[in-house]
Order: sequence, then C-alpha cells, then structure tokens
Amino acid sequence: MIEVRVQREAFDPAALLPPGDGAAGAAILFAGQVRADDGLSGMEIEHWPGVTEARLEAFATEAAERFGLLRVAIVHRHGPMRPGETIMAVACTAPHRRAAFDGAAFLMDWLKSRAPFWKKERGAWGERWVEAKDADEDALGRW
Amino acid sequence: MRVLYFAWLRERIGASSEEVETAAPTPAALVEELRARDPRYAAAFADVAAIRVAVDQEMTGWDADLSGAREVAFFPPMTGG
Repeated sequence: MIEVRVQREAFDPAALLPPGDGAAGAAILFAGQVRADDGLSGMEIEHWPGVTEARLEAFATEAAERFGLLRVAIVHRHGPMRPGETIMAVACTAPHRRAAFDGAAFLMDWLKSRAPFWKKERGAWGERWVEAKDADEDALGRW
Repeated sequence: MRVLYFAWLRERIGASSEEVETAAPTPAALVEELRARDPRYAAAFADVAAIRVAVDQEMTGWDADLSGAREVAFFPPMTGG
C-alpha cells in the first residue's frame, strides 16, 4: 500500500508508522527536520505541483517492488518552516529489517535529488537557495 | 510553448511561467532565444551548467528534440528531503 502527500501544513511523523499487521516484521520511520545551522531562522520550500506527487508515487512504487516493501508512506511539506519543524517523513514496512532499512534509504536518496523541491534558507545574512551537494548525487550511484 | 521557471531562475526572471512563441529545436536553442530577449534572461541563464531542464515533465539534456513538445521547465538541481 502506497500513500504520498505533499502539503503545506505541519504533520506528526509518528502517525505515519503503521501498526503491526502480522505480515510486517520491520517498520522504519525517517523524519527530516530543519536544522538551525549558521544562524538559520527559517526555510521556504518550493515545489512543482502535480509533478512532485507523481515523482514521489513513482519512487514509492519502485521501492516497494525492488525491496518487497509492504507499505510505503511519504509526506513532504512545502512553504515556510522554522528550525526544529519536520520537513518530510518516510515510513515503510517489510517482512524483515534489511529490506525496510534499504527501502527507506533508497527513498531518501531519490527524494534528495530527484523530487522537484527547492529549499531556500533565511537568516540574519538574508536569503539563499540551498545548493545541491555532490554527495547527494553520488548517493544515487549506490542503487 | 509553455515555459516554466523554478527557484532562483523564477526570481531572476520574475515569472513562474509564460507562453513563448518559438521554433527552437532544442532547449539550448530556446535558451539562446530567451537570452537575446532581455537582460533578465541573460542574467538568469548566465551559467547553464547550474541549470537542469525538463521537456513535458521529463528531465532531458540540452539537445533534446522540442518538436511536438508542449512544455519546457528550467530549474536548479533539486534539493528535497
């Protein structure tokens, strides 16, 4: 079962972790949060409505097939956020832990550099768009 | 053709999308036309190595075939997660 949401509103990532269903032996929840690095006071995330949701669905479907995941949930916010707030979360379940860990890591690596989101940071220094990291691009090579 | 801009490209150009009359055969040729139009485009597209392109919502290269394309999007590398 796949669930994907792109939303402006804050959400509780813990609510994404599904209860045991007798088939899943492992459930993984990853949540990405805003760090207050370098005096950061806030963040704004832009996305490509319609395309973002389609990409997340495609990544979730691929992860489910490739790792044998039973459930995949992805929630990613856009709009303004403050330090400490949850930006996004991925939850997945599988019969065994290795598939669940790998599925979550795969989804995170693809979300980082292949889902159409762009982050802008704000601080005392003004505003700046976050630049993509080579390490994030390289991470896709693992898969 | 519908042309979309995201993130700092959108800010530098001052629009998130526009209709462009063009017969450009590739995204690279389309960018050349846009740059010649107005200094804002020249500034936005000054460093194309920092820009990615999608044709009809699929990421492609700068020499992709635009014949029959309805939409071209330009954006910096994505920074989700």
